[in-house]
Amino acid sequence: MTPRWKVGLIGGLIIAVVAAAIYFPILRRRVKRAARLQQQSEEQARRELTQPVTINPGDPRVKTKLFWGSDTDDSTLVPVTVELPLSNDPVLRSKQVLNTLFAGPVDADLRTLPPDAVLLELYILPDGTAVADFSEALATSIPSGIVSEQLAVDSIARTLEANVPQVQRLKILIHGQEMETLAGHLDLTGTFIVNTKPAQTPPKPGNR
Amino acid sequence: MLLEVRNLFRIKIFCPLGLLALVLLGAVLVSSSLPPAPAQQPSTGSSAPISAGASQSVTPGSPVSTPIAQPQQTSLNIVVLDPAHGGTDPGARGQGGIRESDIVLDLAAQVRRALEAQGFQVVQTRQGNENPSFDDRSATANAQRGAVFVTLHIASTGLPGTVRVYVNSDLPAVTEANGLIPWDRAQAPFLGLSQKFGDLVQGMLAQRFKGSPDNARTAAVRQLRTTAAPAIAVEISSVVVEDRTALDRMAPGVADAIARGVAAFKPSYVIPAGPGALP
Repeated sequence: MTPRWKVGLIGGLIIAVVAAAIYFPILRRRVKRAARLQQQSEEQARRELTQPVTINPGDPRVKTKLFWGSDTDDSTLVPVTVELPLSNDPVLRSKQVLNTLFAGPVDADLRTLPPDAVLLELYILPDGTAVADFSEALATSIPSGIVSEQLAVDSIARTLEANVPQVQRLKILIHGQEMETLAGHLDLTGTFIVNTKPAQTPPKPGNR
Repeated sequence: MLLEVRNLFRIKIFCPLGLLALVLLGAVLVSSSLPPAPAQQPSTGSSAPISAGASQSVTPGSPVSTPIAQPQQTSLNIVVLDPAHGGTDPGARGQGGIRESDIVLDLAAQVRRALEAQGFQVVQTRQGNENPSFDDRSATANAQRGAVFVTLHIASTGLPGTVRVYVNSDLPAVTEANGLIPWDRAQAPFLGLSQKFGDLVQGMLAQRFKGSPDNARTAAVRQLRTTAAPAIAVEISSVVVEDRTALDRMAPGVADAIARGVAAFKPSYVIPAGPGALP
């Protein structure tokens, strides 16, 4: 007959194994949730530091071209002209037009950018390169593929080209970091050509 | 209660063994509950005469270079097929568990057969569910002579049943004094040939798949930038179909169009001799 201590030992081992099998997946979920919460809080802190630039009603109203998806061909962009009060400062102006672009068209099907993505910061280097830092959602929520990623970048670049003549090139950062690709396809290590013409001063209100 | 000496000996042996088994079981359970580690990247092929930069992870602007110009004339006889994504990167995902990485691997097998029927030798950047880095995939292509590169993708968007071909957007071509070009701009000297190759393949695809464009488009496709050969990306729309049958039905037509496009491009494939005489 099996001694009692052996039965106890085997029983204890089985209980420990079952407990571990139950507990380890729970522990894993907790670790993942903690990591996610930390990431979200970092993003939140960053957003608080970089408050979105709102439209100032006192700025002169100008016709602004925003590039969204076409309703006839979902691989092309079409300009939509809206009248917005825009600053003459190129950095503020860039932020204003991009915030409006990211707010999206009335028809959600024409969106080229994820609805939860936001512009965190933007500055313009002396050589005309606009460095735009977007929230992580731009990379994580965009549909994966060359056509969708290209449309997203093109809509940003062409909107800047049409409204901020000082911007010559565009460098995209995600959450402050340079990424190799946007969502697995489009190369973000370089800059995108926005405007090949020499930098100009912004047009006077009402001329566009 | 007193124990016999023999029982004490058993306790000394079995208790540590039991504890060891418990620890091992725990470790197995933890590792099985964690997400799979990234697949180990395969080597770039033993037959590949990879340059100093080819086997390294190269960052943009890196001085590491790859020799492009060859002293002899070379004709097109190799096609490097790149089924995109793989391993922990499934690529685009659709309804019913459609994964881009699986579909392009099956598509690559069909393209391979169509190309071999045309007399081309085919090299694949991955054979199974692995995810080589962008540079490793380029290194596989850059190690071949007389090759073109075709990376295969399925889009998340776009009109279902259409196919688009992309070539790399303009890259500033930089050739160093010794005839080498930087690894991170390896595609630059081949942009003209890539455009011609892309247009031919896109033309073949447009004949079969209505709604597809007539000419190849340009885009900053990361995979193409470090590839020192005429290189195109072929993207099928899309994973939004209800099940993969619709995509599987497109595969023979896509394979045939690519093979015909490569064959049509062959007479145009001229890699000039001598450093500094790149296309």
